[in-house]
Amino acid sequence: MEFDPVFLARIQFAFTISFHIIFPSFTIGLAAYIATLEVLWITTGAERYHRIARFFTKIFAVSFGMGVVSGIVLSYQFGTNWSRFSHVAGNVIGPLIGYEVLTAFFLEATFLGIMLFGWNRVPRGLHVLSSIMVALGTSLSAFWILAANSWMQTPAGYELVNGVAHPVDWLAAIFNPSFPYRFAHMVTACYLTTAFVVLAVGARYVYAGRHPEDGRTMMRMAIGLIAILAPVQAFIGDAHGLNTLEHQPEKIAAIEAHWGETDGVAGGVPLVLFAIPNEAEERNDFQIAIPHLGSLILTHSWDGTFKGLKAFPPEDRPPVAIPFFAFRVMVGMGLLMIAVGWLGAFLLWRRRLFESDWYLAPIRHIWPIGFITILSGWFVTEVGRQPWVAYGILRTVDAVSPVAGWAVATTLALFVLVYACVFSGGIYYINRLIVKGPEGPALEPPEGLPNRPLTSAHEATRAAINAAGE
Amino acid sequence: MDISLGMEWYLPVIWSLLLAVAIAMYVVLDGFDLGMGILFPFAGSDRERDQMMNSVAPFWDGNETWLILGGGGLLVAFPLAYSIVMPALYLPVIFMLLALVFRGVAFEFRHVADTSRYLWNIAFTGGSTLAAFFQGVLLGGFVQGIKVENNAFAGGPLDWATPFAALCGLGVVAGYALIGSVWLVMKTDGATAIRARAHAKVLLVAVLVLMGIVSLWTPVAFPRIAERWFTTPNLFYLAPVPLLTLLLAYAVWRWLDKGHEHLPFFGVIGLFLLGYIGIGISIFPYLVPPSLTVWETAATPASQVFMLIGTIFMLPIILGYIAFVYWLFRGKVREGEGYH
Ligand code: HDD
Ligand code: HEM
Ligand code: HEM
Repeated sequence: MEFDPVFLARIQFAFTISFHIIFPSFTIGLAAYIATLEVLWITTGAERYHRIARFFTKIFAVSFGMGVVSGIVLSYQFGTNWSRFSHVAGNVIGPLIGYEVLTAFFLEATFLGIMLFGWNRVPRGLHVLSSIMVALGTSLSAFWILAANSWMQTPAGYELVNGVAHPVDWLAAIFNPSFPYRFAHMVTACYLTTAFVVLAVGARYVYAGRHPEDGRTMMRMAIGLIAILAPVQAFIGDAHGLNTLEHQPEKIAAIEAHWGETDGVAGGVPLVLFAIPNEAEERNDFQIAIPHLGSLILTHSWDGTFKGLKAFPPEDRPPVAIPFFAFRVMVGMGLLMIAVGWLGAFLLWRRRLFESDWYLAPIRHIWPIGFITILSGWFVTEVGRQPWVAYGILRTVDAVSPVAGWAVATTLALFVLVYACVFSGGIYYINRLIVKGPEGPALEPPEGLPNRPLTSAHEATRAAINAAGE
Repeated sequence: MDISLGMEWYLPVIWSLLLAVAIAMYVVLDGFDLGMGILFPFAGSDRERDQMMNSVAPFWDGNETWLILGGGGLLVAFPLAYSIVMPALYLPVIFMLLALVFRGVAFEFRHVADTSRYLWNIAFTGGSTLAAFFQGVLLGGFVQGIKVENNAFAGGPLDWATPFAALCGLGVVAGYALIGSVWLVMKTDGATAIRARAHAKVLLVAVLVLMGIVSLWTPVAFPRIAERWFTTPNLFYLAPVPLLTLLLAYAVWRWLDKGHEHLPFFGVIGLFLLGYIGIGISIFPYLVPPSLTVWETAATPASQVFMLIGTIFMLPIILGYIAFVYWLFRGKVREGEGYH
């Protein structure tokens, strides 16, 4: 059998990085959440913040472990699978990753030791400081790796000498045109992802009447964050798209499945809601579109136009279907997040949130939404960058290592096997931790909300029913 | 070589030294973690295993980070070498990484598991042992040389698979188990420490024998290395390396006998460094032996300087907080005492 090494290397990279990104997306947000809880704990003295922080620290440890081991795999894959890329872009990408190790990885890995094992060993203040350091480390890590990725999307601050990129202006290379948008969008995405996990865990407890005190705190904090960040994220995403239109117009054409000329709609560009992009005939089948809306979103004018795919030679066009559909998944999920956040905030304001079973029941299961959205977003970004690995500098087909196809096929099969094991283990153990729930000193006295007694009675009944049912 | 003694000459030398330091830090620090994992099945009970694991639990993640610095440092300072060595050693690199995946998640999963604990014990030992073995294979594959044409790897995917590389693999497994055992002598007490002390002596002999075989095999099989060691005046300058090794090994044996708790650990670090210097002498200045030197594979000076500034500034800070954490978790871990 013949193996195509380029295709296999791409599948392997896509698989291993999609696996990796799941964990940082969660731990970047969770580290910040735990640090916030600990600060609240030492400033207010409320024991429930401590309890929730300790509970999530255990979950953090499991996810962090998986993030670390899968991340190490990635850093070596630049060499094992994309050696031509390492040679051509190494002068620029190398230092960015080097700085990530020096400023972020050591910081988080070292203070993690205190965060996980220091609860009974170090003074409170030092523990809080360690959690803040870990949170800082995860954010710095995102900073550098996104600088590297953004440079691959919109390279700047370099010159080509014999086909090899040489840095000429480091600030321009780091703060390249797409970096600020990508960084803001990604960090916000991580916070949203974590907030939805916290929300779902909280809803699970409140609904089942277990750990109600802690469950309510989790839900309140998560909903507050989501109600604000979800709409902000849509704004950042819009700005990100405009930036992409300026620097990678063929990616936007693919995202919008906009071929140009033959759309059949005079004037502005329509917004395609659904279609099956047909690359062979350069048009969309089964298209449902809203006239002019594409122009309105991307040029902020009724009749504005932007380049369609036909304006680019076929060998420079990205694949259309994946960016097109993945983008719609992301935006759809983004809108759903806004709805969930605002509805929750409304119920919270009316003091009905914790009794609204119709809201709690489905929300218990919403935890994967952030992960799905982030993966979709990255598929838009990365597939939309094709056929380039570093936009305008090096094509993906030219970036691959001189490694035999069968060797890559073997390692790909091993990765799938090993990651499947590790992933099921991780999910299983995290779920067990959640079932066990926060532990610690006895619950605090009720907070004295007007509807409090009723709530507890309600919860006690439900706990009894649940216990009987189990 | 017609490179004048300017920045283009010094920077690659400085970077190869820094890289050597990063790799040495990795080998010593993750060496004792992995070695503890290799010794895991020989513990007397699961409580002893808990004690062993707790002795490294707060540190292992930081220790592994030196591996990223080693790989990342090679990419930063010598991108051409990185782009040749990694594809040449493709399979053993990936096998090592997969082994590290198992070892790493076993730390967290074993802690949470109850009935499936034994599975994660196996994953932990298997992962640690295979990771150590493939690191040795990488070393062997590197020392024996890499086929290069037009600045790219030009060999086959199994070029590394030689008896010599397998022997290096065994050597590293024994070496890590040795440093793991003296770590346990230092950091644990009770049955675990007594057992570790007995293991350490057996392993010390095994390591000396394997080191001896590798040291004889290398000059016989690779004339370029024989030339480095056995021509005058090099012979006189280099003779102390093996002599010191023997002396230090004897001292470690005595310290173990006399019941010292800290000295054996530092003695073994010394042994590691001597072996490491020996390899450095055999290889330098080649970064892709036997053809490309540190100068030929170096990144552009702009990149090396940019990174050097950060390293000079950050490395002392990093070493500072790492030392702080080791100090914080100083003392012995007792059986039945976890940090959580
Ligand atoms: C919680 C996650 C999340 C949510 C709710 C959204 N996104 Fe997003 N999006 C991401 C998570 C994400 C991401 C995974 O983080 C990406 C991939 C790369 C990046 O920078 O962010 C991304 C990429 C990405 C890109 C590709 C940019 C490029 O490759 O050049 C665009 C145009 C948008 N987003 C636009 C939007 C819009 C208009 C949203 C409106 C609701 C939106 N995103 C919601
Ligand atoms: C947008 C993409 C990425 C983000 C935001 C990101 C962020 C992070 C974060 C926060 C961690 C800490 C571990 C955790 O929290 O689970 C981590 C670990 C790691 N990542 Fe990524 N990463 C990304 C992609 C990559 C890529 C492409 C590489 C390869 C160069 C990489 C290499 C690593 C390594 C080596 C680790 C282990 C670090 C340690 O030991 O602490 N990451 N990453
Ligand atoms: C973290 C979230 C990310 C995801 C889910 C992701 C996903 C993908 C996917 C699906 C591909 C395959 C595209 C194709 O071949 O059609 C790819 C390729 C690639 N990505 Fe990413 N990516 C992420 C972040 C990054 C980052 C941060 C970097 C660099 C720092 C990076 C570097 C690459 C490289 C080198 C390739 C291989 C060449 C290629 O096929 O284009 N990716 N990624």
